[in-house]
Amino acid sequence: MKPSTLVPTKEQLIGLFEQYKNEICTNDIPFISSLRNDALKSFADIGFPTQDIEEWKSTNLKNSLIPEYNFYFSPFEENVDVDKIFRCEIHNFETYLFTQLNGWYVYRHSPITELPNGVIVGSFASAMKSYPELFDKHYGKIANIGKNGLTALNTAFAQDGIFIFVPDNVSIEKPIQMVNIVNSNENLFIQPRNLIILGKNSKLTFVYCDDSIKHKNSFINACSEIFLDENAELDFYKMQNKDSLSTVITSTFYYQEKNSRLHSNTLTFNGGVIRNESHVALAGSGSDAKVYGLYLMDKEQHVDNQIYIDHIAPETTSYEQFKGIIDDNASAVFNGHIHVYRDAQKTQAFQSNKNILLTDTAHVSTKPFLEIYADDVKCSHGATVGQLDPEALFYLKSRGICDRNARMLLLYAFAGEIANKIAIDVLRERIDGMIVKRLKGELSICDQCVLHCKEKDIINFEIDMSKI
Amino acid sequence: MNLLEIINLKVSINNKKIIKGLDLIVNEGEIHAIMGPNGTGKSTLASVIAGRDVFEVTDGSVKYKGKDLLGLPVEDRSREGIFLGFQYPVEIPGVSMTNFMKTAVDEHRKYKGLPQLSASDFLKLMEEKKKMVEIHSNLTNRSVNEGFSGGEKKRNEIFQMAMLEPTLAILDETDSGLDIDALKIVANGVNKLRRKDNAFIIITHYQRLLDYIVPDFVHVLFEGRIAKSGGKELALELESKGYDWIKQEQENL
Repeated sequence: MKPSTLVPTKEQLIGLFEQYKNEICTNDIPFISSLRNDALKSFADIGFPTQDIEEWKSTNLKNSLIPEYNFYFSPFEENVDVDKIFRCEIHNFETYLFTQLNGWYVYRHSPITELPNGVIVGSFASAMKSYPELFDKHYGKIANIGKNGLTALNTAFAQDGIFIFVPDNVSIEKPIQMVNIVNSNENLFIQPRNLIILGKNSKLTFVYCDDSIKHKNSFINACSEIFLDENAELDFYKMQNKDSLSTVITSTFYYQEKNSRLHSNTLTFNGGVIRNESHVALAGSGSDAKVYGLYLMDKEQHVDNQIYIDHIAPETTSYEQFKGIIDDNASAVFNGHIHVYRDAQKTQAFQSNKNILLTDTAHVSTKPFLEIYADDVKCSHGATVGQLDPEALFYLKSRGICDRNARMLLLYAFAGEIANKIAIDVLRERIDGMIVKRLKGELSICDQCVLHCKEKDIINFEIDMSKI
Repeated sequence: MNLLEIINLKVSINNKKIIKGLDLIVNEGEIHAIMGPNGTGKSTLASVIAGRDVFEVTDGSVKYKGKDLLGLPVEDRSREGIFLGFQYPVEIPGVSMTNFMKTAVDEHRKYKGLPQLSASDFLKLMEEKKKMVEIHSNLTNRSVNEGFSGGEKKRNEIFQMAMLEPTLAILDETDSGLDIDALKIVANGVNKLRRKDNAFIIITHYQRLLDYIVPDFVHVLFEGRIAKSGGKELALELESKGYDWIKQEQENL
């Protein structure tokens, strides 16, 4: 099928939707089509976010919306062998691996995989038809189309992505890994949509890798809805290693029932413009969210992490920790919004954002925002922006360590605090290696995914972190 | 050739003169103690030798092994055999002692054209040196000085010294804040590392440490100059008489 090519203005996109409505709605169950119409109306009202909006003050999408992009409304690369394009080479990293290519779920054997323990993993488009009751109950319930133009746009256009369902009382030990590859000779505008549902007392480790292979403009506007039922536990790792022509927007909405536990860790190594929004609703008492992130940006890159945590029920806890190293002319934004509802007594919320600026032209904007309506709560926040500690540098150098390695040791230690929270050993070691490589400036030339480096052992830092 | 030769050294920080014409010669095999009241420039002298760049040398020269020392970068001074035991060792969270020392030892060896130690040889070396300064804890998982007690930090300085085997070690008030047991361990470490071809400069307030490390020379630093030099008996005299008489002597000059 031929793509539709246009500059993504609001008017053009609205027209595009009307023109391709039939294709877009092909797999829909009825309520999803009507949700699309609502979402489009909302997008028509709100449009793309601009810097006039407080939450978007420090991130400008203008340049990302200038090029022409191609839009596809059905998969355009049939029978592609993704294994030839991509192979995850983390040694001993055993996962259930699934792939999206240019926004479309790659079928391999079938659009839906049912694991022996009842876990369902599959294409969003197919799951919609196969599990209408699950969609009916969850889809579009927490992704707010009324406020955020990009979420509205995604909801109007979304056709594919990953669907995961973990039944009650099922723990999957082996992680599920989704690799989202953009590999095209054309500029692409892609809007993946993911739905993840964890039943009561279930456990899932999910690794999501965003990566691009060819250097073309891409605009990814991804939206995920993630539900954690009572006492469910999710470990969610998001790796972003995109080229500089990529714009990546991820809007992730979590809804947590009683005693559920979320652990998310977003590791951003490269990208053009990256914006990660996490909206966490701690709706059940005793629910806990740990939201971590690390960003290592250089050149003209921009990353924006927006974390919104709503403490709705009593005795809920949240812990946010984001760290970043900003080099060259790169810029970073952190906005941590904690909202404690009136009934959410005994809430504990902790937030920290620490940044190291390596140049005078690197830029960080960090804003903690606490909105507290309950009186019996413990909340704290802290933000720092600084350079490397000169005393520590001198101490290291006075032992014969050269300036470069002394800086590396300090930067690695700074970043390592987040990497150390990765619970999967092989993944953590790999990420450690990536950080070292990234800090040495070797990773940005690597146009493969964060987990895909053919020369596994070219890391030759003076210290082998893993063996000592 | 003298190991260290300081002539008419003048040092300022923020235009404030701290060292005002200091001469000192140290030879291989010698232990020099530098004593004196607070604020007379003892730590400044140590910092200038180690290469801390906040100080400005306005006059004089410092030669080490016959070469100008002041032009050398900090790390090269270390690789050339200079070691500073810090008065206040810096805590560096997230950098493990093992990685720190491995990097330092590797860079020293590279500088000397020696091959890198294998991980197992390196760990053996660590164990050996740990024993010398009676460090029993597993340093592998500990960050540099983080959460170390005062005594542990000072022992850690001696441990690093043992790892790097310097030619000229300057210990800046390594004894301050130590109880007698820790003091003995520190002194013992120094005595074990003492050789005919290396030298120590021990900066201290108290005679106490010199009961365990016997100096060949004692210098009293006063208002940025060496006011008096003598043998080990000078330290005892200072201990009983204080510094006032030196002040008096200076004023009478």
